[in-house]
Amino acid sequence: MRTVKAGTYFWSGNEACAEAAITVGCRFFAGYPISPANEIPEHLSERLPQVDGIFIQMEDEIASIGAVMGASWGGRKAMTATSGPGFSLMQETIGWGFMTETPCVIVDVQRVGPGTGQATKCAQGDIMQARWGTHGDYAAIALSPNSVQEMFELTIRAFNLAEKYRTPVILLTDETTAHVREQITVPPREELEIIDRKKPKTQDKAFFGSENVAPMPSVGENFNVAVTASTHDEYGVRFTQDPAVHRRMVGALNAKIGNHTDDLVEVENYKVDDCDVGIVSFGCTSRAVYEAVEAAEAEGLRVGFVRLKTIWPFPEKEIRHLAHNAKKIIVAEINLGQIVREVQRVACNSEIVPLNKIGGGQLITPEEILAKILEGGKKK
Amino acid sequence: MTETFSSRRYMRDLKLPFCPGCGLFSLSDAFLKAVYELGNENLDKFCFASGIGCSSWIPSPYFLADSVHTLHGRSIPVATSIKLVRPNLNVVVFGGDGDIVGIGLGHFIHAARRNTDILVIMGNNMVYGMTGGQVAPTTPFKTRTTTTPYGSFEHPLDAAKLAVAAGAAYSARWTTAHPTELKESIKKALQLQGFRFIEAVTQCPTAYGRRAGFKDIGETLRYFKENAVPAEKAEKMNDEELEKKIVVGEFVNRKRPTLVETVYSVLEEAKKSGEQD
Repeated sequence: MRTVKAGTYFWSGNEACAEAAITVGCRFFAGYPISPANEIPEHLSERLPQVDGIFIQMEDEIASIGAVMGASWGGRKAMTATSGPGFSLMQETIGWGFMTETPCVIVDVQRVGPGTGQATKCAQGDIMQARWGTHGDYAAIALSPNSVQEMFELTIRAFNLAEKYRTPVILLTDETTAHVREQITVPPREELEIIDRKKPKTQDKAFFGSENVAPMPSVGENFNVAVTASTHDEYGVRFTQDPAVHRRMVGALNAKIGNHTDDLVEVENYKVDDCDVGIVSFGCTSRAVYEAVEAAEAEGLRVGFVRLKTIWPFPEKEIRHLAHNAKKIIVAEINLGQIVREVQRVACNSEIVPLNKIGGGQLITPEEILAKILEGGKKK
Repeated sequence: MTETFSSRRYMRDLKLPFCPGCGLFSLSDAFLKAVYELGNENLDKFCFASGIGCSSWIPSPYFLADSVHTLHGRSIPVATSIKLVRPNLNVVVFGGDGDIVGIGLGHFIHAARRNTDILVIMGNNMVYGMTGGQVAPTTPFKTRTTTTPYGSFEHPLDAAKLAVAAGAAYSARWTTAHPTELKESIKKALQLQGFRFIEAVTQCPTAYGRRAGFKDIGETLRYFKENAVPAEKAEKMNDEELEKKIVVGEFVNRKRPTLVETVYSVLEEAKKSGEQD
């Protein structure tokens, strides 16, 4: 068995993620054991060697993400999987990856934090960390699946975006989506879009700092590529004092992502036209929203729902569209209020109502969402 | 190659960043001379990884080669995967003592344990030089640094011996006062397999020497020469006799299955089992 055949499977989210990685061409994984991400490395430790891929368990998460970066410069599509504490340890290297324009995928299976928190319990508390976790001026890409099917699809998309934009991409999932077991359809290979990084031509010498994504050589291909996360010019030569070089380079790296939000942002718009109340949610929490929307309709309320599949860059246009109709927007997330800040920033003329819950891996129920919708009576 | 050695043939046309009298000029030269004497026309068969610190600037971006300048302490994990996915490359890590056995110590031990097929060359100036001369895990006991104004109150780490205990295939220590031995050691290590470690004790006149009581570079180099004790002789000496001495020579040269060998044998096995599905 090489890559998985098209067909129907009954997988956990973590298994779907691992198989998707193999399907999209990931051939290197380095990681460190941590709940609730362990099924990804366990599955890949068996499967990667069967497809000439390398699996290695490193001594910690810092080494794991370092090895992922090295493998990417060696020419492989590479990934790691972790949870909050490990994700924290990886932050410095994620910044390195942004600065050196190193494509790779980091799966963060969110669990209850801060600190050790509740290691096996579901949470969505790493939203802002995925955006601002490393120091300095950077732009992040983070995707949020809400089913096993999407664990497969968004893992492929995460690799595609990493390769296309030459940057680390975070698959920001959660314990519930990672562990739920569902039916999933793997499409035929020819129906899948698979993107590989742009390679340089023999005479190319500029490999960094282009708004249009510079071509990426691998080490060992005789390009004499100098990779550094110190401020550098297009040729990889350090400029640690020059303000102009820094502005040009960091500006280009941010523009590379910031100028392509239309390509990067994906949401599911559910009944958003002509709604009175809006709901914004993502990941496992979003699964409870549909039932609440139907129940509210039975009460005579029109409710629209924007489900974020892309968390970063934040889907500003889509939230503005929702706010155009909805005077009240409920933001449901299992943390103490993170995405709600973005919604407040973007939809400043609507009443923004946070719906939060933390601890024990308890999810927000349809009843709790319905109660929030009905709170304060019907608003026209 | 008939022409005489010049380090410039292997380097980008850039001005080196090191202070006057820095030992890293000698270390860089010793490495490139070893490369030259082994018959390499260029550095195409090499890939360099380094961390943060003066020693890490030896290859990056000065060597005309592939070089990956990683974060402080993280060169070894990056080098590990480069070697795994590009096994034909000769992967060499340059780093300082703070980088390799301070912040990066965990990776160093595990790379030796795995017998990872990389050569790690550590320029040990016994101090954090780039940041202004703070105490390092390698600073000799009672030495004055910018963060030990009363003299350091911790005992230094013996990196070359630690490498042996952790499983390295090759471990050696020389000083910049032993340029020929250092070069020969690098030549030897470049031809061996598995995890190879060379510690080059080096002078840092700017951030270490002047505070530690060395009048000038000449005095530091004389100190290195006069206090160097061959490894074989040191075995018969006690801790008191070895106080303030620098043990030089080879500490191990042995064969063990290397990481590349073991990882690729797993691939072969897995493909067989995969075909049965």
